[in-house]
Amino acid sequence: MEEVEQATREREAGEAPRATPATDSGAEDRAAVRPVGLGVVGWARWFWRTLTSMRTALILLFLFALGSIPGSIWPQRGVSDAKVAQYFDDSPQLAEWLDRFWLFDVFKAPWFAAIYLLLFLSLIGCVLPRTMTHLRELRRKPPTPPRNLARLPQHASFEAEGLTVEAVAKRLRRMRFRVTTGPDWVAAEKGYLRETGNLLFHVALLGLLIAVGAGALYGYRGNVLVVEGEGFANTVAAYDRYMPGQQVNAESLEPFSFTVKDFQASYIAKGERRGQPLDFQADLGVTDAPGAPERDFALKVNDPLDVNGTLTYLIDHGYAPTFKITDGKGQVAFDGPVPCLVVQPATFTSECVIKVPDAQPEQLGLLVAFLPTTVPMNDQWISVFPGAANPTAQVYGAFAGDLGLKNGRPQSVYELEPTSLKKMKPLVMKADPLAVGKKLDLPNGAGSIEFTGVKEWIALQITHDPGRLPAFVASALAVVGLVLSLTVRRRRVWVRIGSASSEGRREQDRGPVEVGGLTRTEGSDFSEEFAEIVSALNPGVKNDAR
Amino acid sequence: MPVEVDVGLATLSDQLTLATVLLYIVAMIGYALDLGFGRARATARGAKAKPVLATVGSTVGSTVGAGTASVPGAASEDGESAGGERAEGDRVEKAPPAWAVWAAPVAVGLTWLGWAANLTAILTRGWAVGRWPWGNMYEFVVAMCFAAVSAFLFMHIRYRSRFLGAFVTVAAALGLGFSVRYLYVQAGPVVPALNSYWVAIHVSAAIIASGLFIMAGVSGILFLVRKDGAVRLPSREDLERVAHRAIVIGFPIWTFAVIAGALWADKAWGRYWGWDPKEIWAFITWIAYAAYLHARATAGFKGRAAMIVQLIAFACLMFNLVGVNIFLGGLHSYAEVPG
Ligand code: HEM
Repeated sequence: MEEVEQATREREAGEAPRATPATDSGAEDRAAVRPVGLGVVGWARWFWRTLTSMRTALILLFLFALGSIPGSIWPQRGVSDAKVAQYFDDSPQLAEWLDRFWLFDVFKAPWFAAIYLLLFLSLIGCVLPRTMTHLRELRRKPPTPPRNLARLPQHASFEAEGLTVEAVAKRLRRMRFRVTTGPDWVAAEKGYLRETGNLLFHVALLGLLIAVGAGALYGYRGNVLVVEGEGFANTVAAYDRYMPGQQVNAESLEPFSFTVKDFQASYIAKGERRGQPLDFQADLGVTDAPGAPERDFALKVNDPLDVNGTLTYLIDHGYAPTFKITDGKGQVAFDGPVPCLVVQPATFTSECVIKVPDAQPEQLGLLVAFLPTTVPMNDQWISVFPGAANPTAQVYGAFAGDLGLKNGRPQSVYELEPTSLKKMKPLVMKADPLAVGKKLDLPNGAGSIEFTGVKEWIALQITHDPGRLPAFVASALAVVGLVLSLTVRRRRVWVRIGSASSEGRREQDRGPVEVGGLTRTEGSDFSEEFAEIVSALNPGVKNDAR
Repeated sequence: MPVEVDVGLATLSDQLTLATVLLYIVAMIGYALDLGFGRARATARGAKAKPVLATVGSTVGSTVGAGTASVPGAASEDGESAGGERAEGDRVEKAPPAWAVWAAPVAVGLTWLGWAANLTAILTRGWAVGRWPWGNMYEFVVAMCFAAVSAFLFMHIRYRSRFLGAFVTVAAALGLGFSVRYLYVQAGPVVPALNSYWVAIHVSAAIIASGLFIMAGVSGILFLVRKDGAVRLPSREDLERVAHRAIVIGFPIWTFAVIAGALWADKAWGRYWGWDPKEIWAFITWIAYAAYLHARATAGFKGRAAMIVQLIAFACLMFNLVGVNIFLGGLHSYAEVPG
């Protein structure tokens, strides 16, 4: 921050702002010159100066932006895990190399952390001394006028009999200037809010980083899939996937629960956009805490359920057709919904896997295609619409044998274990689609499968992030600070009354009242406002210029 | 929520968009004639040599002398208003043909007409579908071109930056043409995720900021293209001033747009910041414009270097608009690009 202070001191002297750039770069160079033989302290000081110099901040800012680019090119863990896995499948060697540089975890990478930690260290190093300087300046009076007001960027003079220092000071104060007076002069300054805003902005950025960090440590996130008619209670065990921050313990989860009473999705039925979704809504019965009365809540895409700061979002949906499976012994071995994966989002053509470990004498595994709106096409059946207008379930694979569930390895519920599948007996390879209420008998007396109805599942994300509100407040403050620092101008006005200094006067400056002004904000136009100030100081005088 | 689309209004909107393109092109020709046959502008050095003396408020009865030539109001005026001082460039100019006087006002008038057509096209589209008319890439780009022309017209009223007219109208015409040709989708309802009042807040802010950044970008390109000497292009100082003003206004709006996006993401996706590709590039754009503002405040970084930073930022903005939707995908990709 050296150069800014330097520039401030320079401007203090009442010089025109144009004189500063040379000084700026001088200070910049000095900061970067290596100390020779200064020992540890010297080096530390050099390092700190370099780190907190504006140029370093600029470079770090650029590195920060550059560093986040890989995050948009390669899929990121925690955002799209499936795509990361796909990448490892497609090009394992390249993926391994990329992984060595954390390119699938850019925002958790040590090198990324190094950039932003340095940046924020630099920010602290910049903000602290500047705050001190600013506080000092807030208490200081505007500086005495330079000897020659005519040499300032803005200058005017006029005749005004009987205008006193007090009257000028009063008028300037009314214009919200900060004013000091001398025997025959008035010095005024305003626009301190610019620097205040700038500091607020930078401090707010620090606050934002802290809020985001705290949110990650003390918050958690989890995903769960719930079928219509079923419920969820907020405990770690209930999640399909649970991602806690380092400081979260299982007991601190908000103890709410809900049941999914109904889910409706509506789609455009006609025209070019046929099939485009219009609205999703899940009707929940929510119990905020054990023993509390149940309340109804309509969960929608832009409208999460909020229970004391723990939010439940509707993020996905799909079909869960229900089946009743009778085994070879005539007993009902399975009866319920099967959540299916959506393979074609435009038509919601879905694939379902049913594992029936309880079937006797042999376990059963079934692969079923679910078509919400079925129409025949070239000896096949396809779905033409995402809504369930004509739902069918087509068993395209039924197997008997050992599902391999006992070997202890975790299995995906959406997949029949390929190694087990090889050892199982195929029963059916391609059956005609079943309408709701229809039954397919499996060969060899292995039993039957009945398509009993259609339900839907919803995927929910549940998050608790204590940093949300602080992060929002910090960013709102940052905007306020930014607007102040970009719009407010720092300007000084001096008025000298009488003939105290006639040296340097121009010929056309006939009046004994001289006004000079300058703005300390580069690139802004002060002439208009200056003219207004001059006219406000000189209301009674008739037009005699020119 | 209305599902019915008013086909008549939607068609009217499409026709108005085409009319807008034509009007901008004709206006552009007007500006070009003015640039080509009006007076050439002096170099920055030439202009500096002669101080501009401005007398402010004659009723005040005071003279306000400007020590340097940096009285922006006066210096940014165009040929006809400050013509007397301007003509003395490096070489003596022939007097412009009489009709050339009319090129500029006609061009400005046509730009206003185009602007009105553009606005009406957006409004009718919105009425036709009964929602905010920026739910897909086509609508977004049309609105952005409108914002850029609005920014130009505003700057023209306020700072007399007519010299940019030819370049802003050509940019807007190209943008509109591109969106009509490659991005067009029929008017219709949006997917549930976009069905929120946040569209009005987040996307509008992004559109306004983008419009201002387009102004700055156009100035930046001209700045780099312009050679020294009495060229018919606007002076470097004028270009720098316009770019700086546009960014000083645009940057806080962009900041607001990003924050509003985070708030919306907090409502829709279950987190306020998730490093989605669109978020990453909005962030990069933000950093790049912040770097420009820092560069302006750092000695040795002004002028050309700062302009280059600004154009890098602009490139990031454009990549975020086009590149991310087409190449990178992510959660924002319901911006419907026809395949
Ligand atoms: C390492 C950290 C940083 C340092 C040392 C630093 C330093 C400064 C300084 C000295 C100014 C005042 C410029 C002037 O004289 O007007 C400034 C302004 C500003 N800073 Fe920073 N800054 C840092 C980080 C950031 C970051 C991370 C951002 C946001 C991306 C940022 C955005 C701004 C903006 C928008 C301004 C206003 C520019 C203007 O007044 O024209 N700064 N910063």
